[in-house]
Amino acid sequence: MKKVGLLTTLLVLGLSCAAFAADAATGGDAKSSAVQFFLYSAIAAGLAIAIAAHGCGIGQGMAVRGAVEGIARNPEASGKVTVTMLIGLAMIESLSIYALVIALILIYANPVSKAIGAFVGLPQ
Amino acid sequence: MEHPILFINLLLEKLGIHVPAEPHTFTGYLLQPHVTYTWVIMALLVILSVLAARSLKMVPEGGQNFFELVITGIEDFMVGITGEEGRFMFPLIASLGFFILCSNYIGVIPGFASPTANLNTTGACALIVVVMTHVLGVKFHGIKYVKHFMGPVWWLTPLILPIEIVGHISRVLSLSIRLFGNIFGEELVLSILFFLAGLYLAPVPMMLLGLFTGFIQAFIFCLLSMMYFAGAIEHAH
Repeated sequence: MKKVGLLTTLLVLGLSCAAFAADAATGGDAKSSAVQFFLYSAIAAGLAIAIAAHGCGIGQGMAVRGAVEGIARNPEASGKVTVTMLIGLAMIESLSIYALVIALILIYANPVSKAIGAFVGLPQ
Repeated sequence: MEHPILFINLLLEKLGIHVPAEPHTFTGYLLQPHVTYTWVIMALLVILSVLAARSLKMVPEGGQNFFELVITGIEDFMVGITGEEGRFMFPLIASLGFFILCSNYIGVIPGFASPTANLNTTGACALIVVVMTHVLGVKFHGIKYVKHFMGPVWWLTPLILPIEIVGHISRVLSLSIRLFGNIFGEELVLSILFFLAGLYLAPVPMMLLGLFTGFIQAFIFCLLSMMYFAGAIEHAH
């Protein structure tokens, strides 16, 4: 519990540092608010994968635990148990893949990137 | 992202056809790598099957033996899930399976691109499967297919019907995005590793992992399609 509290405090402080830095650098300019949008998109993309990998690791660990316990009980069923375990792992992994796709969209195909790019003055 | 070097694009440039990076015309879309490599895989699969079925013997040997093993294995697995009435859907499932498997593997070879690394291809495969689910339901049950969406008791229908419809739409999304995310993520990691440490053979472990996940994703796609077909064929609870 103490470790979780320490990590949460560090996370909140770190994020608020980013927010303060962004605010201090701009002062409400329109161009830099566009850059701020990309800043937060990048943070969101990184956090998406981190949290998704977190949950995916726990879920897949439970799946493998069940499979290994089944094989330990009944080594003759190891073929079927392994196939079922692999199917379950692929299903759990697909949730993490959805988060990856959102992160890729945020970085490479940002839905407002064209509007922001035209606003900021990038060559289209 | 920098453009990858693809053999088909180089071949087309040599023939004088310019492949646009951002397509705007119909031929521009036809020349995109995910379309041209689909043709490559189609040619590969047709040639393989012609070679395997050329001189059929009663006691098979060589290529015919291998393909008989694979095809009867998939067919028995499928009939185990959908039941005997679903046997006629086997060519669709096996074609999808072979196409997705070959296109997952062709992206691992440097200089080639996977068609399934593009959301258009995977979306097309997923749409085919989900539309066939409904066609099968109507074919087997007629108008009573609507009972599949109504839930176990009649007064739960206003709650269950939107959930079932959203669930069916999410099947398209989940099938396509699962396959796309796996294969495109694999290609992205391979290109980044190649850029970072290509001379030290850093992409090779990721290529082995890519072979593993390519097979598993093709298998999962076919398994889920079989389960959707089985759900449409069976009687509603």
